[in-house]
Order: sequence, then C-alpha cells, then structure tokens
Amino acid sequence: MASDQSPEFKVIGTRPVRPDGVDKVTGRAKYGADYTLPGMLHGKVLRSPHAHARIRSIDVARALRLPGVKAIVTGADFPEVKGVMAQVGELIVNTHYLSLNVMARDKALYDGHAVAAGAATSKHIAEEALELIEVDYEALPPVMTAEEAMRPDAPVLLEELRTRLMAHRTDPGALEGPDRASNVPGHIRFERGDLDAGFRAADYVVEREFTTATVHQGYIEPQNALAVYDADEHLTIYCSTQGSFNVRTLTASVLAMSEGKIRVVPAEIGGGFGGKTTVYLEPVAALLAKKSGRPVKMVMTRAEVLRATGPTSGIKAKVKIGARRDGKITAAEVWLAYEAGAFPGSPFAPGAMCTLAPYIIENLRIDSYDVVVNRPKVAAYRAPGSPASAFACECVLDELAEKCRLDPIEFRMRNAAHEGAPQPAGPAFKKIGFAETLAAIRDSDHYRTPLNGPFRGRGVASGFWFNGGLQSSAIVNIHGDGSVSVVTGSVDIGGTRAAQAMIVAETLGIAVDEVRPVVADTDAIGHTDVTGGSRTALATGMAVYEASRDARDQLIGRAAKIWDKKPDEVVFEQGVFRPVDGSAPSLNLRQLAGRLARTGGPVVGRATVNAGAVGAVGNAFATVCIDVEVDPDTAKVRILRCTIAQDVGRALHPAYVEGQLQGAVAQGVGWALNEEYFYDQKGTLRNFGLLDYRMPTCLDLPMIETIMVEVPNPNHPLGVRGVGEVGIVPPMAAVASAIYRAVGVRMAELPMSAPRLLKAIIENRVTTFDAQATAAK
Amino acid sequence: MANKVIVETTINGDPVELLCEPRQSLLEVLRDVLELTGSKEGCLTGDCGACTVVIDGRPVCSCLMLGVEAAGKNVSTIEGLATGAALHVLQRKFLEHASLQCGICTPGFLMSAKALLDRNPNPTEAEIRYALAGNLCRCTGYDKIVRAVTDAAATMAGRSSRTAHGGAVPAETASGMVSEMLAKGEDK
Repeated sequence: MASDQSPEFKVIGTRPVRPDGVDKVTGRAKYGADYTLPGMLHGKVLRSPHAHARIRSIDVARALRLPGVKAIVTGADFPEVKGVMAQVGELIVNTHYLSLNVMARDKALYDGHAVAAGAATSKHIAEEALELIEVDYEALPPVMTAEEAMRPDAPVLLEELRTRLMAHRTDPGALEGPDRASNVPGHIRFERGDLDAGFRAADYVVEREFTTATVHQGYIEPQNALAVYDADEHLTIYCSTQGSFNVRTLTASVLAMSEGKIRVVPAEIGGGFGGKTTVYLEPVAALLAKKSGRPVKMVMTRAEVLRATGPTSGIKAKVKIGARRDGKITAAEVWLAYEAGAFPGSPFAPGAMCTLAPYIIENLRIDSYDVVVNRPKVAAYRAPGSPASAFACECVLDELAEKCRLDPIEFRMRNAAHEGAPQPAGPAFKKIGFAETLAAIRDSDHYRTPLNGPFRGRGVASGFWFNGGLQSSAIVNIHGDGSVSVVTGSVDIGGTRAAQAMIVAETLGIAVDEVRPVVADTDAIGHTDVTGGSRTALATGMAVYEASRDARDQLIGRAAKIWDKKPDEVVFEQGVFRPVDGSAPSLNLRQLAGRLARTGGPVVGRATVNAGAVGAVGNAFATVCIDVEVDPDTAKVRILRCTIAQDVGRALHPAYVEGQLQGAVAQGVGWALNEEYFYDQKGTLRNFGLLDYRMPTCLDLPMIETIMVEVPNPNHPLGVRGVGEVGIVPPMAAVASAIYRAVGVRMAELPMSAPRLLKAIIENRVTTFDAQATAAK
Repeated sequence: MANKVIVETTINGDPVELLCEPRQSLLEVLRDVLELTGSKEGCLTGDCGACTVVIDGRPVCSCLMLGVEAAGKNVSTIEGLATGAALHVLQRKFLEHASLQCGICTPGFLMSAKALLDRNPNPTEAEIRYALAGNLCRCTGYDKIVRAVTDAAATMAGRSSRTAHGGAVPAETASGMVSEMLAKGEDK
C-alpha cells in the first residue's frame, strides 16, 4: 500500500513478488527431501520405546543379513565427545549431550530417543531392517514433569548433573546446595529493590500458580538430510536447516571431524520456528554414508518429528504481583521451572529475562530453573522461553487491573517500560516502542468496537523478545548487463530473499527484479549464523546494505576513472552516476556495468557484520487483542476477532512483516487452546500425529488484523527491528483473559482445551451455586 | 519383496505407464518413481494436506491412496497447474498476496483451492475456510491464503474482491512490473 512507504525510500516499503515465488507455487522449489543422488541409499532410525531405560546390548547381526541392507550404526560407532559448552549462534550447546541426543549410548532418555540406524537400497527395506535389530533394555522409572523431577527423591536422569546458580546463561556457575546428583542443572536469579517493602506498599496482591504443556514448533516439513562421504574424507550434507553453518559446526563436533572437511548445502526449508537450528539426522546420515560408501538420505516421519525433535518446554510458574490502587506495580516475585527434556538446556534464562520486561518494577525477584525430564530435548521455538512465562505474569496483571478497576491497556500503560528503563536482567532499554503498541490497540477499530453477546469476552496481553543480532556475510555482484546478484548464507524461511533484493535495489537505484538473491552453501560465503532470533532481515539485511554500498563506492571509482576525475568529483543520485561539474554525460548502472572490463574488471561488493556487537539489535514488543465466544455446553472456544500491534522498526516488505505477525499469533492461539503432548504413565507419547497434536486449521481462525507500529531502530541503517518472534508471546494470556470475561473462570493451565475449560466452568458453577445456597440459608 | 505392478494412468493430461510396488502410496510413486516432487510429504497420515492432488475433480491426500489405485484415473498435480509458462490465477494471487512463507504447504493449498473453485467459482470466506481445512499451514495464520483464494475467484469471474472486515483487497499488493511479468500469457 502506498501509505506503507516512507518518502525517503523508493523500494523499501513496497510489496514486490518474492524472487523465489514462482518456484514455490509451481512445485519446482527443492526442499531437503526432494534431493536425490545416483546410488543413493535410504536411512531410517530405530527409536527407544521406553521413556527411561538402560541399554544393555544391541544386536544388529540379523538386520545386516537382510538383502539390501548396506550399513547399520549404533552408539558404539560414534566417538566420545567431551562436554564443552559452545556458543553456536544463538544456541548454548553442550557437545557431549548433543552427541548423546543424536544417538543414545548406555541410556535411552525419552520415548523416541535414537538407539540405532540403518541404510538400505529402499526405505521399506531400511524399515524392515530396524525390526530385526534386537535391543535389550532395562526399563527405569520415568520422570515426566518438572515438579516430579525437582523432588529430592526423584530418579536421577544424568548422574553427573549438579545444581548450579548461574550468573549468565553460558556461565557454569557455582555449586548450589549439597554436591549430589540433581535433575536441576541450572538456576538463574534476577533481583532488585526490596521485595517485602514493595508488597507492603501494595493495595492488592495476586498470587497464582500456572502450568503450561509441552508444545511443538509444528513445521510442516519433517527433518531430512542427505549425506555424501567421499573417499578423500570430505563430507557434504544437503538438508533443510535454519543454519547451514550451525549444521557444519555441530556435525563436526558430534563426529569429531574438522569443520573444514564438511560442506553443508542448505535446501529450501519447510518451516523451522527454531526447531531446525540443531542437528538430529545429519551426523547419522554421515556415518551411514561413511560405512556404506554410498550417499544416504534420511527423512523423518511425522511421528519421529513429534517424538524426537523440538519441542519447547512445559513450565510450572508461581507468580505474586502487588499493585497500588492507582495501578502502579509495587513488587513482583516470580518462580519458574522449565522442562528441558532429557538434557540440560531449556530456555529458562530467556524466560526469566523476558517476563515482566515490558514493565517498570522497582522491587523484583525472578528465579528460574532448568529441569531435566524424560521427554525429548527441547529446541528453540519462536521467542524461546518468553511465551510461557509471559502467559503466567500477564494473567496476573489482568487480574490486578480488574482489582484496580482499570482498563487492562491503561493498567499496562501506567507501568510501561520506555527508553532508559531497566530490564529484569539489568541493562536499560534503548529506544523501544512498547507504549506505542498499547496505544495502537487502544485506538484500534477492534478495541473501540464493543463486544456484545452472551459467553463472549475480550482479552489483551503484551509481550517482549530481545531479538538476535549475530554474524552475517554478503556479496553483491555487479553483472555486465547491470543486473545484480546478492549472495548470502541466510536460509530463506519466510521471504528474506525479497527483503535482500529490495535493499540492494534501493541502494543501487535499480528495479527489484533486476536483483537475484542467492543462498549459498558453507564453502561459498562467509560465516552466517542461523535464520532465527528474528535476525535475518535485520543482520543479513545490514550486511547486504553495506555490501551494496561497497559496490556503489567501487562503481563511483570506475566512473571517476572513465571521466578522469577523483571519486569525490562523482555523485550517485537516483540511480545515475554523473560528474559534479557536468563535464560528461551521466551513466546509469547498466551503462557503467558495460564498461567494467576496461576499467579494472568486475565489481564485487562485500560486507560482514556482527549486528549484536555493534548494538544494532532492536528489541521487539507486541500487544494482542482477542475476542472469543465460549460454547457453554462443550466449552469449545471460538476466536471471533484478533488484532496484533507490534513495533516493527521499519517494515522492509510490509506483506511479509504482516505474515510474521499473523503466523506468530496463530501459533499462540494453538498453544492457548489445543496443542499439548500427552504422555501416558509409562512416559510414552500418545499423540504423535497431526490429528491428535491439533494445530489450528483455517476453520479455527478469523482474519488476523495487524497494526505495524514503526519506531525505527536507531542503531540499524534502515531502522529495522526483528519481527519474527514476539507476536507469539501475548496470545495465550489474551485468550485466557477473554475466556474469563466470557464465562467467569480464570484458567491457569495451558492449553485451555475444551475438556479442561469445561471442568473449570462446571466447578465454577458448583462453587457459585454453593455460595448462593449458603447465602440463602 | 512384492512384485511390481504396471499402472496405466493419466497425470496432468498425459498418459503415463509406470511400474510400482503394490505397497507404495501414490505420493511415493509421484515423488520417487515419477520424480514429481512438487507434492510434499508432511505426515503420511492424511492430516496435513501437503500432498494434495486432484483426482477426477476431487482433492485427495496422495499419501492415503496407493499408487496402483491411480490406474485409469485422471490425476492433477501442482506440476500441471500452470499452462506452459503462464501461471494459474491462483498461483499469481498467492504470490501477489504473499500467501506463502516457507512454501512447503503451498502446492497442497493450491490443489485444494483449484478443486474448490472448479466446483464453486464464487465461494464465501466460510466456504473457502471449510474447503482448505484439510491443509495445514504453520507459517501464515491462513489470512493471506484465504484472501488470495477470494481474490482469485473474483478475478476469474471478472469481479473485484472483498474480504472480512469490509477491506477491499488492495490492488497494489504487487508491484505492477512484476505482476506484468507473471501475467504473461492467458490464464487457464
């Protein structure tokens, strides 16, 4: 829309068709599972049926005798990897546990844990081979929830773990309490002010407990990997990943290989949401390829995806917040326990750093714990850690607003953080647009339109996410016809190639369809961190911007050479190079590009950035308003209307920014109402398909209205903020508040599925009935 | 191992004779035997719709049907939706409305939407949502997909489209230049 566009830009703010679009609507785009190679084998993984078991022995002899089977690997084929805490992009990875997660050794730690794998001439033969592998398990008692795992008498998952108080999430920390095995490898605390004084100053104090279920990222494309291991010990991996450099580093560590011997070729990727930032199949396919001497392709089934990849933590939360009658929050005490799955590494630290971050609270204590349980090791999921802890605190804030008789937006406005306000973890916010998102919802058509009708209610909630910065590289090639290709290492998961092409077009004054973006493999471009942390349009965009300017400056030099001028005697305006003194006719890019050979050869612009190190990351805030209608008999919740306001800094391609906001809200609604892992008492996952792990369909959602608030990020050359994640943070609490206003019950457990809500409604009716009966006596 | 079977079928209008195992799903036959990898595998249980093809006018999850069952049928896949170099209106509208992010579900949505518009050229928003409820998208929240299908129906009928909350779908959603590029040739 024309109104999207800032007058200072010609291309940025428009909505061109994405350069990879035609391939994706015609079925030509090549995703990981679409790759094949001559002589390729198919690999499959045998997975533990036990949530917790000692592996006594594995016998693969019968499987190897099946015709067509070419290789089998078990934990014994993997090298021992020492426990090193490695920062891999956004991830903190313990390489020892990564290796154990890729392939179990002496213990299987969750239903679905890989225990062996086979490669055969067809996937059906590979599946048959798995059935012939004999594993002798000694079943152990499973520990399924954080509450269970934290009990002193709980069975221990990993003997070497001790509880440590960490000053920072990468810090191993000091031992906390007695030196004995623990299921709680991490504890982090943020504290300021005087909690007791703060609660004494409050007119109202609300104290509640919350539980959220394990949920999965739910990307539609299962994990895949195709590995080629050459006789010269070079490994090539084709796969769908959010970070090809992550795959290279992590695979090298699991296989104890040099990174320089590995090339990772990123395929098109069918969704990730954080779940494709680590490795599962890649090292296994590589070992099978090495053992068999043939290329090996592995593709997970949906059941494998749900049992053994992702998910994100279920949490237990205890929240106590006090406020004065005028709505000023005086104190907050928050206790959080995040289920990490079988190995340490839940998002317990960011969960603690994000909750209540939108508000100025002088007296504060947040404790957060990392707890291992017999579930799959969690992976990043959109704003990792923030949605669950925000659900807990935002629900309490809604209740406090009600006690203060304040509109929930006004209540938040009175406590809203702004530039210079301290975050829970300490550092002060730079320029942020939180209050602007509140105002945008307050002034929206949605919020100003009264919601009428029985069993209907409206809820609002807000959320915060840091956003990532990290490293990116970009190359801008000027071709002889004046067209341009831009090469980056950022996998395009949602239209970032379009944004990159637009930045180049804007900077070089050409049309966007004269720019061809290319996603290169790990040998063809400099280090580039994951497409994650809402960082690609921001950080890779920054590298692309700088590389375009580098190319432009070189082109100015060439024009100067042609005209026998100094570079500062040449100007570039409106896509045209001309001598300042007007002594020669101007040249456009096409004309100048045609003369590069005679002025020194091709022009290649290049740039690398570490966006975080230069302070270019812009924090993100969102506020969501949701109307629901609850069926009083079945407790089915229908979403009637939904609006999200988010500070996007500057929208490069507004349609794809809207898409990020809409997709985030949709995932939040699924998290709120339906999605959860069901484990039975033995710790076996019972809903490992998409019929029972119920994600929202288009019948479950209305149109999702978006309000893009633009408070430009002052530290980014184009004002960009990351936009991908924060929208998933507010919806759960907004839905809970809306349900409360519809039927009078405050839900403290996610998901607020029909059975759970119906139970709460009936209990509430009984309580109300009892109270009325008592009053009547 | 099972003996392979010769199957005679029609795919995207062309007569095809293929050899497959009786246990292979139509999806596996399309992808692994015929190398038509545009149909995607998301679940193999008929829950996600990424493998949707149109068989004799009806949208079908190709993962729930055996390859041998395609004998004598008319199978349309995403590879046959465009006519030569000219995209189908639905394909154009998906691009103009930015209805895809990762794109893995897109072929399935396009085939379901094609089957819908073939039997109901003027669907309401509710009818569109009902017809697409068997296709999961995790990226978009469906908003822009529903708008694209609404707009495609209107365009095919020569109308301008309206969507929920009274907002007309903005005509300038795609830059004119690229639109022109995509509109080369006649629509189906």
